[in-house]
Amino acid sequence: MSEKVKFGRSKVFFDTFHRRPGPIKKNMHYCPGCGHGILHKLVAEAIEHFGIQENTTPIAPVGCAVFAYYYFNVGSISVPHGRAPAVGTGAGRANPESYVISYQGDGDLAAIGFNEFLQAANRGEKMTVFFVNNSNYGMTGGQMAPTTLPGQKTTTSPYGRNPETEGYPTPVCEIVNSLTAPVYIERVALTTPGRVAAAKKAVYKGIQNLKERKGFSLIEVVAPCPINLKMSADQVNEFIEKQMLNYFPLGCLRDKTAELPEGKLPPPVIRDEESVREILFPKRNENAVAADFRNTSDIFDQELRVKIGGFGGQGVLSLGVMLANMARLRNFNVSWMPSYGPEQRGGAACCAVTVSRKAIPSPIIDRGGNLLIAMTQAAFDKYIGELREDGILIYDHTAVKLPELPAAMKTYGIDALDIAGNQLGNSKFANSVLIGALAAVLAKNGMNEADQADFSRAFAEAVEEKFGKKPGAVEANINAYNAGIAAMK
Amino acid sequence: MAKKFRIEIAADECKGCYRCLAVCPKKLIARGKELNIQGYFAVTVAEPGNCIGCGSCFYQCPEPGAITIYEEE
Repeated sequence: MSEKVKFGRSKVFFDTFHRRPGPIKKNMHYCPGCGHGILHKLVAEAIEHFGIQENTTPIAPVGCAVFAYYYFNVGSISVPHGRAPAVGTGAGRANPESYVISYQGDGDLAAIGFNEFLQAANRGEKMTVFFVNNSNYGMTGGQMAPTTLPGQKTTTSPYGRNPETEGYPTPVCEIVNSLTAPVYIERVALTTPGRVAAAKKAVYKGIQNLKERKGFSLIEVVAPCPINLKMSADQVNEFIEKQMLNYFPLGCLRDKTAELPEGKLPPPVIRDEESVREILFPKRNENAVAADFRNTSDIFDQELRVKIGGFGGQGVLSLGVMLANMARLRNFNVSWMPSYGPEQRGGAACCAVTVSRKAIPSPIIDRGGNLLIAMTQAAFDKYIGELREDGILIYDHTAVKLPELPAAMKTYGIDALDIAGNQLGNSKFANSVLIGALAAVLAKNGMNEADQADFSRAFAEAVEEKFGKKPGAVEANINAYNAGIAAMK
Repeated sequence: MAKKFRIEIAADECKGCYRCLAVCPKKLIARGKELNIQGYFAVTVAEPGNCIGCGSCFYQCPEPGAITIYEEE
């Protein structure tokens, strides 16, 4: 007579939990009597039942279930506190063939990540959320959670939760039930065998909804946490039945799945390297130099640190981007780091551009700058201390009054805003005027003739890349660049 | 002929939460008297062959493989 396993370890679990540190490799890390283990078993069984192990992506929270990836033999992701539905949205959209499970505790879902969770529910993301409600923050040692009951003592509510100051338990299912998009909402409990059987049915339903891509499903699981509640198995079951369920009534709040057709896979997301590049850099310059091209002037052998400061709207940031792009087109390593206020116009704005043949250790420039372009007195005052004593200063002639400066410092004033606004008719060309001025300044400071011509070509290529689709814009910017060179000569 | 079932406890995987004790309709499961590798008094089964295969203990147990229920064929 032979035997078969009627109830046993699911094949969706690893046979041995090799990822778990320590000598115990068959057990989960959860405390004795923890509801997570029971729910893990139900979820694993449902995944096995519906045959979706290959493409299931469970997302573990920060909380007791943080190590879910030790156990489920699927493509798990662990994410920061509360972010599971947000990451699940991305995972599901980038890999539409995947079945996204968001597995979260009450602190993670109902406090830290309530926004992400509600937004995902409201969007009707095709995911199933298992929400483990055990009335406290378990992993950190039993602090008060949004689901803690009034009067319940925890380590952070030693006199019991006071609704006057701490409010009432968050009814997550009822809140989600006020939204339009979710298709299935049920609350279950892990106490008696009958309750666990109902929970199993709900978990199966949630996984089936995933497989059929019906939409957003929420299953709240009122689960035992005997260790933090300092209770035995029987006591914690009684606590759930007699107290928790008064605030968290069980049952199915919504099931629209029967009336919904089986969902379809969304169209695949483009993901080959070339098409991503096409999206990021739609206009690439075919005139760019070969990969082994190197500018020959000595000044390009060192790491060049450029700081550009002014007020927002002057084109300070885009000037930096243009310089960085020019260097990128000439096979330099570049970094560009902006710093600006919340306002689109006005306020202080600056950016740091570093250009180097070698790796750039940090994009931050706070000392040893080679070049400062100061468009306002405030920017000059703030950043002049970062410039080397033999550095180059380009400043707006009318805006900046120069104090006594080190003798080795080379200073060049230009009325870039005036030239752009009055000669060229639009102050937005000021940054191209400044790049022209920079070309002239570099020509006076060691850039050889070949590189002077190349600098202009690189500028034209960078402008073509940026403005190629706007008629007249390329010519106008090159015109401004030439005006800058002329003004500096 | 009625189906026959048998419970098997992997003693070293039991953490002694005793959720399984109360739910067994036949009261087959009891607290053991020996500490297992993890330091818990693992549960024992008095008459494994009297199991009716309801699975209640299996679904109460938080560990994936501490309880296995076999069905004779």
